[in-house]
Amino acid sequence: MKKFIWSLLILSLLAACASGVKLNDVPVEDKSGAKINNSQNKDADKASKSANSSSSAGAGTSSASNAANNGNVGTATASNLPDAKQPTAAAPVNAPTAADAGMAGPANAAKVIYFDYDSYIVKPEFQAVIEVHAQFLKSSQRARVSLEGHTDERGSREYNLALGQKRADAVRQSLTLLGVSAAQIESVSFGEEKPAVAGSDEAAYAKNRRAEFFYK
Amino acid sequence: MSRSASFLFTLVCFIFAGTNLAHAEFKVEISGVGITQIPIAVSEFRGQEASPQKISGIITADLERSGQFKSSPTGVLLDENSHPDFHTIKQNNIDAVLTGSITKLADGRFDIRYRLWDAVKTQDLGGQSFIAMAGDLRLVSHRIADQIYEKLTGDKGIFSTRITYVTKQNNRHMLWVADADGENAQAALTSPEPIISPCWAPNGNELAYVSFESRKPVVYVHDVGSGKRRVLANFKGSNSAPAWAPDGKTLAIALSRDGGTQIFILDAKGGEPRQITQSPSIDTEPVFSPDGSSIYFVSDRGGSPQIYRIPVSGGAAQRVTFSGSYNVSPALSLDGRWLSFVSRGANGYRVQLMDLSNDKVTSLTESSQDEKPSFAPNSKLIMYATKVSSREVLMTTTLDGKIGTRLAGQSANIREPHWGPFLKP
Repeated sequence: MKKFIWSLLILSLLAACASGVKLNDVPVEDKSGAKINNSQNKDADKASKSANSSSSAGAGTSSASNAANNGNVGTATASNLPDAKQPTAAAPVNAPTAADAGMAGPANAAKVIYFDYDSYIVKPEFQAVIEVHAQFLKSSQRARVSLEGHTDERGSREYNLALGQKRADAVRQSLTLLGVSAAQIESVSFGEEKPAVAGSDEAAYAKNRRAEFFYK
Repeated sequence: MSRSASFLFTLVCFIFAGTNLAHAEFKVEISGVGITQIPIAVSEFRGQEASPQKISGIITADLERSGQFKSSPTGVLLDENSHPDFHTIKQNNIDAVLTGSITKLADGRFDIRYRLWDAVKTQDLGGQSFIAMAGDLRLVSHRIADQIYEKLTGDKGIFSTRITYVTKQNNRHMLWVADADGENAQAALTSPEPIISPCWAPNGNELAYVSFESRKPVVYVHDVGSGKRRVLANFKGSNSAPAWAPDGKTLAIALSRDGGTQIFILDAKGGEPRQITQSPSIDTEPVFSPDGSSIYFVSDRGGSPQIYRIPVSGGAAQRVTFSGSYNVSPALSLDGRWLSFVSRGANGYRVQLMDLSNDKVTSLTESSQDEKPSFAPNSKLIMYATKVSSREVLMTTTLDGKIGTRLAGQSANIREPHWGPFLKP
């Protein structure tokens, strides 16, 4: 029995080693890859068409009709393989690279505000930072700022997105209270998706619970 | 122990390596007492050693993953014309026998045939013949598994359905469409920025998801077949948490356009959203009830995130979860019987199941970082994301929590699963 378990384990290791190959083969970012995928797609379409067109032929084969006669299953015809209604995935779309570094904000000003756990209250120690940005926005009416809220990695991604939004909204409110026009501000959230620091401890979490100023 | 297999605190690892690069690897973990499974003997399909896919292996893996079958080899090779030796089979407490063959045709396609036997009544339960190209052999195998599952359990099988998920490797985020067993994955979108919350349209052709590619969360609808996509929601602020109505004509969505995250309903073609919730709190993660009449969602209006229900036509929200201080990510089974969600407790974040007929809640896993449960369209399995040794993986579990499997796979971190609808016949 022990031997059997060991051989199973070894088998599983071997299987694990063998895995992961296929997916790396999926062409992703180059044009030629897209072409390959397209042709695969066409093949699949062809396959389904030929499978459908062969339905009647398939029904004629002896064992197939045998199955129908003997069995409780309705038909013995060749089954419907995926047709146009159930397409295989097309070539992957490449999303554009996100916007560049953005415009300069107020010189020498901090651009990150940190929050306590499960909190979206702007702590008094960051009031000075907010005032610098408020001054800048009021004196540069054409400046546009995106307030980007972030959370740590714990919990639901979507709920964290909403928590990060609360943080961004809190900073926005601080700015508008200081007289900044709402039209200059957009508050958005990245939730837990863009941590400033990797890691799963409180030190990392504290650096990730934040809102950032991004001038565009 | 009659005609069913029963296990006491057993842990069974079942691994099979397929041929070629189209490997298949999965692991079934059985825990708990008194599991009832249908014992089925599966013959190797005659001729499959010369085919690109090990048909009987794929079928066996499907059936085992469902948690409702205990498979064993027949010992002898039986094809669809064979008459099994029921005397021996009955002695081994086998309820059903699967036989079949695969033959390469002159034009390069394959002829796959199977026959299922009721070993108790020694009765032929029928079979079918499929003609398919090599690239469709996995699909044929899943279709056969679906038919066996339906004949022996009375419920529709989900093995030929598809799933979507997101992977992250270094700074590359990819959206995938794969078979329900995690195999045959094809990339739909690749992006340098995060992608979250993909979900299938009821027609099985489109995905809605949140992409951060324009430096804020924007909701897209993506046609899987053509690769064409369109912006569904890009309002001021954050746009997130899309969920299709059962008729596919509208989506529920979370928007922060007026400050704070609230739930709206939007036409699938776009246009002006209609606000459903009006609260100073967070309202997000909407999901439609199967009849389309109400929306379940997460709100912290009571001080901690809990699941609530609100009529689509408007009206007051009713609280649904009461136990614990963090209940998020609701999912509803299509049969309307079950609500699954993630709850934070002393042991971390775990997938929960609420019986909506009596509000009884059970915990389904023993992991600590579960996310995003999603029901199979036959309401018999749940797929969810979790972490194993700090790696992000996808798991399935039966609704009693007794049989869990880890999906085959990806070498990257894998997350955000959503189980697609039944394929149209």
